[in-house]
Amino acid sequence: MSILLALLIGAAFGAVLDRIGASNPNYIGKMLNLTNLHLMKTILLAIGTGSVLMFGGQMLGMVDVGHMSVKSAYLGVFIGGLLLGFGWALSGYCPGTGVVAAATGRRDALAFIAGGLLGAAAYMATYPAIKTTGMLDAIAGGAVTLGTVPGAKYEGVTTLPGDVLGIALGLVFILVAFILPERIAGQPDVVAAE
Amino acid sequence: MVLNWKVGGVLLGLTFFLAVLLVKPIGVSTQFVIFDGILWDAIDQTVVTQTDDGAYTSTNAYLAKSGGKYAKSVANPLNYSFVFVIAMMLGGFLSAMARGGLSRQEKKMPALWRVNFGDSQGTRFLATFVGGFVVLYGARLAGGCTSGHMMSGMVQTALSGYIFAAGAFLAAIPTAMFLFRQEP
Repeated sequence: MSILLALLIGAAFGAVLDRIGASNPNYIGKMLNLTNLHLMKTILLAIGTGSVLMFGGQMLGMVDVGHMSVKSAYLGVFIGGLLLGFGWALSGYCPGTGVVAAATGRRDALAFIAGGLLGAAAYMATYPAIKTTGMLDAIAGGAVTLGTVPGAKYEGVTTLPGDVLGIALGLVFILVAFILPERIAGQPDVVAAE
Repeated sequence: MVLNWKVGGVLLGLTFFLAVLLVKPIGVSTQFVIFDGILWDAIDQTVVTQTDDGAYTSTNAYLAKSGGKYAKSVANPLNYSFVFVIAMMLGGFLSAMARGGLSRQEKKMPALWRVNFGDSQGTRFLATFVGGFVVLYGARLAGGCTSGHMMSGMVQTALSGYIFAAGAFLAAIPTAMFLFRQEP
């Protein structure tokens, strides 16, 4: 059963990444150099939609709170984020979109995957050394959510009701998706209407 | 052409929601480690071992961490998360075929790269190879990638997701603004 779900949800995810342009480095590059924020609006709306549905479902008792999986916060999360951001901008791929892009026929994505496998191996080799730096030690409570989600095994940064806060933040993401302009930097693609 | 962001955003959000509803939040970058482990274990079968009580462990400290959960996945590749990534490729392939496939030019390299750095396949391969190395090293250091930390994390209001997204965009936006000055 779990393998069937992996096939179905995985295939849906791969197809959606292809259709929204997330596995297309042109859209990633133009989002990150702020000349076309269409994909940013897609991502913000997705986070908002996902949040509202998940926390709304929890409040209605339809979504199992136990399915949440919150990762720990530590200094390496930020440093790793910086590294990923640099490589993401350079290549136009992140781990998920890189494998999808390779499947859509992008040959340069195969080089990304090869580099990725080597990078992951390099982390496997250097993990003990990284661990001794203390960079992996939990900060701000470790695996925490911004509010306290009823029934969840995770602590909250605040005592605000985590499900209500989740829906509120979800709505903020959706709102930002709507008000974000299509373009911030560079020249407009078309001449504005007089 | 890509889907309008209102349609695409809802579809992507639904995918993340369905994953949490039915199984668990989506994540991808761990599977690069699992695949490395599978290759490594195929060459050297002493890397991942099963102890007498049935648990898995590894000579590699990273595969052995958290009670050997990565070692277990390496020993059993037919698990949810690994099959998920294989299925992503299948879904992406079918979707691209259904919309007519990519042009030869795009398969070689994206237009945005070509207009800024020329048509050399070698240069582009070097950039994506280095990019891939840095992305996966960073993702493993962070404990997740764009899917697991940024999307799944922020959907769940995880503090770590916000920290990760701040780091990622703080590096990605200046890098892209510096690299890609010409528009295709």
